[in-house]
Amino acid sequence: MGAVFRREFGSFFTSSIAYVFLAAFYLISGFFFYEETLASGTSDMSSFFYSILIIVALLIPVLTMKSFSEEKRQKTEQGLLTAPISLTGMVLGKYFAVFLMYVIGISITLLYACILSFYGTVDWLMIMSNYMALVLAGAAFIAVGVFISSLTENQMVAAVGGIISLLFLAMLDLIARLIDIDYISDVLNALAFYNKYNEFTVGIFNLSSVLFYISAAFIFNFLTVRVFEKRRWS
Amino acid sequence: MIEVKELTKHYGDKHAVQGISFTVQDGEILGFLGPNGAGKSTTMNMLTGYISSTSGTALINGVDILEDPIKAKKNIGYLPEIPPLYTDMTVKAYLNFAYDLKKCKLPRKEHMQGICDLCRITNVKNRLIKHLSKGYKQRVGLAQALIGNPPVLILDEPTVGLDPSQMKEIRTLIKKLGRNHTVILSSHILSEIQQVCDRVIIINNGVVAADDTADNLSKKVSTDHRLIVRIEGDKGEILRELRSINGIIKVSADIEKEKGVYEYEIESNENMDVRKKVSTLAREKGWDILLMKTMEMSLEDIFLKITMGEGIGAADNESRSDTADLAEPSGNTDTNTDKDTETQQDNEKEGEK
Repeated sequence: MGAVFRREFGSFFTSSIAYVFLAAFYLISGFFFYEETLASGTSDMSSFFYSILIIVALLIPVLTMKSFSEEKRQKTEQGLLTAPISLTGMVLGKYFAVFLMYVIGISITLLYACILSFYGTVDWLMIMSNYMALVLAGAAFIAVGVFISSLTENQMVAAVGGIISLLFLAMLDLIARLIDIDYISDVLNALAFYNKYNEFTVGIFNLSSVLFYISAAFIFNFLTVRVFEKRRWS
Repeated sequence: MIEVKELTKHYGDKHAVQGISFTVQDGEILGFLGPNGAGKSTTMNMLTGYISSTSGTALINGVDILEDPIKAKKNIGYLPEIPPLYTDMTVKAYLNFAYDLKKCKLPRKEHMQGICDLCRITNVKNRLIKHLSKGYKQRVGLAQALIGNPPVLILDEPTVGLDPSQMKEIRTLIKKLGRNHTVILSSHILSEIQQVCDRVIIINNGVVAADDTADNLSKKVSTDHRLIVRIEGDKGEILRELRSINGIIKVSADIEKEKGVYEYEIESNENMDVRKKVSTLAREKGWDILLMKTMEMSLEDIFLKITMGEGIGAADNESRSDTADLAEPSGNTDTNTDKDTETQQDNEKEGEK
C-alpha cells in the first residue's frame, strides 16, 4: 500500500494534475469566498461551504480519472496485480493518495477562516464542523471516482462519468422532490449527499451523517476491489 | 521450481488453455514456443496470478498461486509482454517503486546497483523512462522483474521488437540468469529458444504439443532420407535422371545458386541411403557435385510438423511463407527465396504434364 500511495501521490506532481487541481480549486473557492463571505460583510462561512461542495464534485474526478484507467491503458496494472500486494492494499494506496491531495487542496478554506479572523470574530467550532463535512463528503466522492476509474481505460470517460455520478449523488434530493411516491423520495433523500452536508453547514454535527459518508467511502472502495477480483476470475 | 497440473482457462466458450501440465526444475530454462494466440501469455498470466485459472493448479516453489497469491508472487519476477513501466518516472524512481512494491528486504543501494549493472542501465538511471529507446525500456522491465532476487523468472517475449544486437544481449543475460534462477521464457522465435533454453514446450491451440529438450526434438524426427545436393549441369536433365533413380520419391530444384548451378532437394524412401547412387550418377553423366548434405531439421520444421500435423515435406514447402515470422530475419537464409522456389516448382510440374 505504501509504495502505491507514494507513487500515486508523486504522479500528481509529475503529471501536473496537482497544479491544475490546486489552481482551479483555489481560484473558484477564492471567488466564492469573496462572493459569499467578504462581499456580504459577514464572518459566517456557512454559505461559502454550502456552495463549495458542488465545486468539489466537479473537481474530484480530475484527481481520480487516471487512478486505474491510466494503469489499464499503459498496461502497468499488470505490474501491480502480479506484485506481492493485496488488492485491498493496492486500491487503498490509490485512494489515500487522492484523499491526501484533496485534503491539501481544501485546507485553503482554513486559511480563508484565518483571514476572516483578522476582521471579525470567527466561530472556529463552526468552521471545523464545516471543514470536517467537506473532508467526509470528499472522502466518499473520491471512492466513487476511483471506482469509476477502475471501470474504464479511457481517462475522459472516467472524468465525465465521475462528474455526472458525483453530481447525481450530491443532488439526489432534487430528484426526490419530483417524485410523488413517498417511500421512494424518502430513500432518495436519505441517500442525497447534499442533505447530510447541509446539516453540517448549519451547525448540526450528526454522527449518523459521519457514518453515512464513511460507509459510502467503504462501499465504493470495496466495489473497486471487487472489480479487480472479478476481472481476475472472469 | 514450478509445477503446473492440468491448468485450464476458458473465456466463455473460448478455450484459451486446455489442461496444460509441466514441471520446471530449479535452475532450468524452459522455452514456451507457439504461434500467436496459442495460449503462451495466458499460461504465463495464470502462473503469475494476473488472471485465475478455470481449473488446475500452479505451484510456485510449492505455493499455490490461487491459495496464497501473495506468498507465491514473492517468488516470481515477471516481465509481461508489454513491460509495466510508468513512463513519467525516472528509471531510478521506478526501480525504487518496484523495490517498495515487492517489499524487498535486501540492502537497497547495493541491490539496485547490482541489477542496474547486470541489465546495463546504470547510464540511463536518471532519465525519464518515456525518453528511453525500446531496448532500454525492455531492459528496465527486466530489471524490475529481477528486483528482490526472486527464484523464479517469467519472461513473456523478452526480445520482441529489439534489434539483433539487443536481442543477443538480452539472450546472453537470460542465459546468465538461468544459472541461479528458474526461468520460463516465451517466444515465437525458434532460434532464440534453441539458443537459450534447456527444454522446449510447444503450445498450440491451448494444449502442449511437445515437451522435450531442443536436441531431442530434432532427433525424434529422422532426416537421413532428405538430401540437399548442389549440382552443376543442365537442370532438366538432372531432374529427369535423379527422378529415375530407384528409391527417390521426390526431387525439386531450388533457384539458381550460382551460374548453371542449382540446388536440388531429394527425398527418398526412409531407411534408404541414396547418396552413393547420386554420386555415381553424377560421375557417369559428368556433373559436378558442389555440395551434398542431409537436410537438418530445424526447430521450425519440427514446430510446423507438430502444430500443422502434416508431413515434413508438405509442411516445409507450403507453410514456410505463412510462417516467415517464425524465423528470425538473420536466421534462415531460405525464407526470402520462398516465392521463387514455389513458382519454379509449379512450372516444373506443368512442364512434366
